[in-house]
Amino acid sequence: MTTLMLEGILLTIITAATPLLFASIGELVTERSGVLNLGVEGMMAMGAVVGFAVAHSTGNIALGVVGAIVAGMAMAALFGVVTLIFVANQVASGLALTLFGLGLSGLIGDAFVGVPGAGLARVSIPGLSDLPVVGLLFRLDPLTYLAVAITIAVSWFLFRMRGGLILRAVGDSHVSAHALGYSVIRVRFMAVLFGGACAGLAGAYLSLVYTPQWTQAMTAGRGWIALALVVFATWLPGRVVIGALLFGGVSILQLHAQALGVGVPSQFLSALPYLTTIVVLVIISRNRALVRANTPAALGQSFVPDR
Amino acid sequence: MKRILTAATAVIALAVGIGSANAADKLKACWMYVGPHNDGGYSEGHDVGRQMVEKQLGDKVETSYVESIAEGPDAERALERLARSGCEIIFSTSFGFMDPTIKVAAKFPKVKFEHATGFKSSENVGTYNARFYEGRYIAGQIAAKQSKAGVAGYIVSFPIPEVVMGINSFMLGAQSINPDFKLKIVWVNSWFDPAKEADAAKALFDQGADIITQHTDSPAPLQIAQERGLHGFGQAHNMYKFAPKAQYTAIVDTWGPYYVKRVQAALDGTWKAEQIWDGLKDGIMEMADYTNLPDDVVASAKDTQAKIEAGTLHPFKGPIFKQDGTEVIGEGKTLDDGTLLSMNWYVKGIDDKLPQ
Repeated sequence: MTTLMLEGILLTIITAATPLLFASIGELVTERSGVLNLGVEGMMAMGAVVGFAVAHSTGNIALGVVGAIVAGMAMAALFGVVTLIFVANQVASGLALTLFGLGLSGLIGDAFVGVPGAGLARVSIPGLSDLPVVGLLFRLDPLTYLAVAITIAVSWFLFRMRGGLILRAVGDSHVSAHALGYSVIRVRFMAVLFGGACAGLAGAYLSLVYTPQWTQAMTAGRGWIALALVVFATWLPGRVVIGALLFGGVSILQLHAQALGVGVPSQFLSALPYLTTIVVLVIISRNRALVRANTPAALGQSFVPDR
Repeated sequence: MKRILTAATAVIALAVGIGSANAADKLKACWMYVGPHNDGGYSEGHDVGRQMVEKQLGDKVETSYVESIAEGPDAERALERLARSGCEIIFSTSFGFMDPTIKVAAKFPKVKFEHATGFKSSENVGTYNARFYEGRYIAGQIAAKQSKAGVAGYIVSFPIPEVVMGINSFMLGAQSINPDFKLKIVWVNSWFDPAKEADAAKALFDQGADIITQHTDSPAPLQIAQERGLHGFGQAHNMYKFAPKAQYTAIVDTWGPYYVKRVQAALDGTWKAEQIWDGLKDGIMEMADYTNLPDDVVASAKDTQAKIEAGTLHPFKGPIFKQDGTEVIGEGKTLDDGTLLSMNWYVKGIDDKLPQ
């Protein structure tokens, strides 16, 4: 195996992991605040279509990315209003948001099917990108850097900042947080919006970087995988990164295994990413106490402040 | 989840799509698609055909469609709704609609049904399909002439006879030029997942293939080819605008003329259930313009195409051997349609193991 081929594989893995990382890290923050939003797939689809539409109409990819964030947040705001203010069931509302997002994105995107997109160029960081082997880590597209930055920021916020403590408190016991004088609804609404913005980014990554084009349902279930990753990563940002890279990595490597012609049935190879990710994350989550400590205790429970 | 999704879409599509039928004296022709009508691939190909019917016979025919119908029980319900709503001829356009079509057709003997790519028929169910393998053979020859490495990558969906037939035909075409040609095959277990198709293309290129072809629906693999300065073939649609520097040609589904012919027959009262398997010569499919190729390769591709259309060349003409060397058919004979439509083996020279 040549260095060039190795670099090619690594780049492909990072590309495959990035949309999952975006969507999972957003959902992680949402769930840490105690809200279960199953609408990730729908928000992603909206991010993908609006990102593509804006980038294509204005010729400016950065604007497209902003459009995707706004679209994701708009969908999340809808979910927030329904579940936090009107206290609708979160699971049902989340499923509805996915259906709605997939349908609406198809409608909006009608005019953009079959239109080739421009695609976002990679950015080289001078000096670092010429390093052997690790150099490729400094030759990625800007959105991947953004995903890493967001993950570090989220980790810092959740465990090193007062705001993060409040958010986790709201997710663990909304009654206590309320009694202490924190506005549960406001904190949760902001967490939901953040989740929407990240899902929008994940969608934009698909339609602007991964495969610069729009087609209905192009998210192809990645929103659901992101949701699963959050649970298997026991709501810890670092583990979400491991999960996304692992899932991306195995799904790319199984394609290589097929192309090499190893005599393993392709159906089994296709299932490998799911199997490996689950097995590895279950193994690293053996510590029950740690899992309990990190699971938002109020996850999925609606909160009605007593007046 | 996907089931719930498609079921919900089906309900909405039925409620919205069928409600508008009123013109009494026009013949009502209806279509049922497995994907969105504008998926930029397979289902859109059928919808373009429907629009052609609308355009050419619009004063005598009214058309409608339901889209994103899941293969299985949903299909049966959707078909029944179509038949009840007054559709006189119904085209059900996906392989997995086969059994539901037969079942519903038995309940509505006066309605004419046509099922694409299947093999079951009855009094009022005809079948139609295109000999896509003819195009694959031409693509295989082009690949063998153009590949510097002598290796092509093939991205595939599911191991059904239609797909296996395509792989074999491509390989036979390539071997007719270069007997040592190699094919790397990757199954992505999906008809449509642009990101995964792109990943598969990258993996195949990373492993030394310099030409790519696919039996999946998105233009993503061609976009990767273009990015890498390599080449490939479009699938179902002319994907030239996605990869103007990468596409050699594309096998394009053109169902329109067939639909016009059949709906016209229904109008004339001459329609009867038939099993139709048309090829390049009948206009049910065509090769997109040959591009990014030297003149001599274009000339030989056109020559092969002309021979196939004239019937002097058949991609599955003997001798043909299976992977283990057993002879399937001898010199001078051609595989019959029944064998082609149930193909579940690779020809000699393919390294992959066929999933069963």
